[in-house]
Amino acid sequence: MTATETATSERVYEVDELTRVEGEGSLVLRVHKGKVTEARLRIWEAPRYFEQLVVERTPDEVIDIVARICGICPVAYQMSAVHAFEDLFGIAVDPEVRTLRRLLYCGEWIESHALHIYLLHLPDFLGYESAIALAHDDRPAVERGLRMKKAGNEILATLGGRPIHPVSVRVGGFSRTPRRSDLEHLRAPLAAALEDARETVRLVRGLTAPDFEREPRMVALHHPDEYPYNRGHIQSTDGLDLRPSDWDRAFREVQMEGSMALHARTKEGATYLLGPASRIVLDGAQLHPVARELLAETGMADAIRTNIYWSILARAIELVHAIAEAIDIIDAYRPPIEARVAWASRPGVAAWSTEAPRGLLFHRYEVDERGRITAAQIVPPTSQNQGAIEDDLRLFAPSVLDLPDAEATLRLEQLIRSYDPCISCATHFLDVRILRD
Amino acid sequence: MAPEITASVEHGRTGHGGSPHPRVGVVKFASCDGCQLTILDLEDRLLEITEHFEIIDFPEASSSRSSGPFDVLFIEGSVSTPDHLRRIGELRKQTRVLATIGACATSGGIQALRNWADHDAYRSAVYPRPEFVESLARSTPISEHVPVDFELRGCPISPDQLVELLTALATGRRPQLRDEAVCMECKRRGVVCVMSAQGMPCLGQVTQTGCGAICPRMGRGCYGCFGPREQANAAGLARYLQASGDRSAEDVGQLFAGFTAYAEPFRSTITDLGGTRGARRSGGGGGGAAGRGGPGAAGRASYLPAKPRMEGFDDDGH
Repeated sequence: MTATETATSERVYEVDELTRVEGEGSLVLRVHKGKVTEARLRIWEAPRYFEQLVVERTPDEVIDIVARICGICPVAYQMSAVHAFEDLFGIAVDPEVRTLRRLLYCGEWIESHALHIYLLHLPDFLGYESAIALAHDDRPAVERGLRMKKAGNEILATLGGRPIHPVSVRVGGFSRTPRRSDLEHLRAPLAAALEDARETVRLVRGLTAPDFEREPRMVALHHPDEYPYNRGHIQSTDGLDLRPSDWDRAFREVQMEGSMALHARTKEGATYLLGPASRIVLDGAQLHPVARELLAETGMADAIRTNIYWSILARAIELVHAIAEAIDIIDAYRPPIEARVAWASRPGVAAWSTEAPRGLLFHRYEVDERGRITAAQIVPPTSQNQGAIEDDLRLFAPSVLDLPDAEATLRLEQLIRSYDPCISCATHFLDVRILRD
Repeated sequence: MAPEITASVEHGRTGHGGSPHPRVGVVKFASCDGCQLTILDLEDRLLEITEHFEIIDFPEASSSRSSGPFDVLFIEGSVSTPDHLRRIGELRKQTRVLATIGACATSGGIQALRNWADHDAYRSAVYPRPEFVESLARSTPISEHVPVDFELRGCPISPDQLVELLTALATGRRPQLRDEAVCMECKRRGVVCVMSAQGMPCLGQVTQTGCGAICPRMGRGCYGCFGPREQANAAGLARYLQASGDRSAEDVGQLFAGFTAYAEPFRSTITDLGGTRGARRSGGGGGGAAGRGGPGAAGRASYLPAKPRMEGFDDDGH
């Protein structure tokens, strides 16, 4: 990071390469006479053209390809795609297949949230450069995070063959579904992980977060009977209610100058926030009772809504939820009668949204009469959150401008990491620079 | 394809300051981050590994940065932008042992499918203002630009192969990485062949092992994400797949057009079969628009459960 005075007595803060985020990006903050005149997250992740790579491919090939957009949340990409196709083709999967897909998503949320809390975000709060450095002073804490992460990954490997880019999700179901006995070995590590997750909630509740209050527009899937993974309606704190296929009725994408990212806005041009904090606010009543009780005990539901630094607590509560639900699913599991139901494609638009660990992920595919893709649109959570991140930077930055440059920049980076930005996911998306008087 | 050892790293040989341990960097080019995540996915072995290596640059995991010199540098991702071209040469100069990790770094990755296409058409199809988007016409493996000492295959890499390489580097011995077909792994594990029993197309016989044959174990054919094994007869398999399953050249070409498409001999097999369908559609050369199968040769995309070809054989074991 560097801070420079320019000839016009403008001050520029720059973080050329943000660390402890997934992917490559930077932050530029321009300050003139104590006022923030520009706050911009830049993505310089190399473009990979996924929306073109899937053209002319079949739906099952798309599921394998779009997983590669993100090594941290491949299941999310597979889930939005598979649900989009099944919705268009009118496929009703076996109810146990639906349950297994929830279990798969639980595995990814556990792995991703444990990674983010312990390896990427906690070092900020405790003043370490990394979890490896933190482990020198508090090895049990880091080991706790790694244990939970491993339990999540074991779910993914059991259902999908491997934790990163699992292979079993197919249109119509799974290429193979486990027997009851195949899930047995997950029970003990998950029971231990549930205790670790409770301890995590206690740990992060005790952290000190910078003062920061604002009221963002929050968006998440909502379902009356379950915490949202892959079904429900797109809802918002200002009254939106849409089918998961209808994202583009309320939102649109714009390419920002000097960036490879397409940012999403509401049709009216407004920014909005996705992710754990938004889900806790919109879907708190649907949390697993164990997680709901813990959230109530913390007394922090309102802080999660107004202070993004507390997203670490939202993530910890969701970690409890995902582990508790995974245990319930395994205990009640009966193998589906049909791992994969027969289907035939039909032409049209296949679209769906599911909840990736870091927020709503929308896919839209145009399918021709042979069942091949002719056009695709993939809107990852980070490109939707980017406007909200920049709004928050503009709002928060004045409070740190009196601090020494190194500390100011650290606080700003910590703010950005609160959104768990996944820049690799920027199919179409971070540098921190502060420019000030 | 197995690289020769050109350097070894041993304790106490670094000569860069205080730590007796090899100084390690982990950097990325065009990729999904999944292969460097595999390092963090070592979980119960991760902290032990950090006791044998000094990780001096790993931006995804640490705010502490270094631009080298590195005793060992792990590179994830393919060379895909003008900036990558500039960085790779500089990084090689700062590095004693360069190890590429994963399908993007070793073969160009899934994004190398654009190598058959018209890059400008791709760029303007995805971005309304393509002039802000810097990328090269081709996505290429690291080894096309600088000498590479070791490579780990896979999309993503195998954690066991990663530990083997790290152990070998820490002790100064040669890593034991198998170069054999996925088929061998199926035989060792007693997995019934999905191609001979169910007629599913499978790239197992031409693909290097390392994954543990997860696709056949999960009831589907191998899609080649560890890339071609040495002397793989991809053209022979392509002919067999066309003849045995009444598949068009184009459909068989698509089977190879995956995560290691740009690695030979998959690359020339795809070109011989008419290039990629996506490339033809976007107006690229794609090895010629007159693919032998031709669009529409296959019927509607669908799924019907396969009837086992062999009676009384159930690999579920019940």
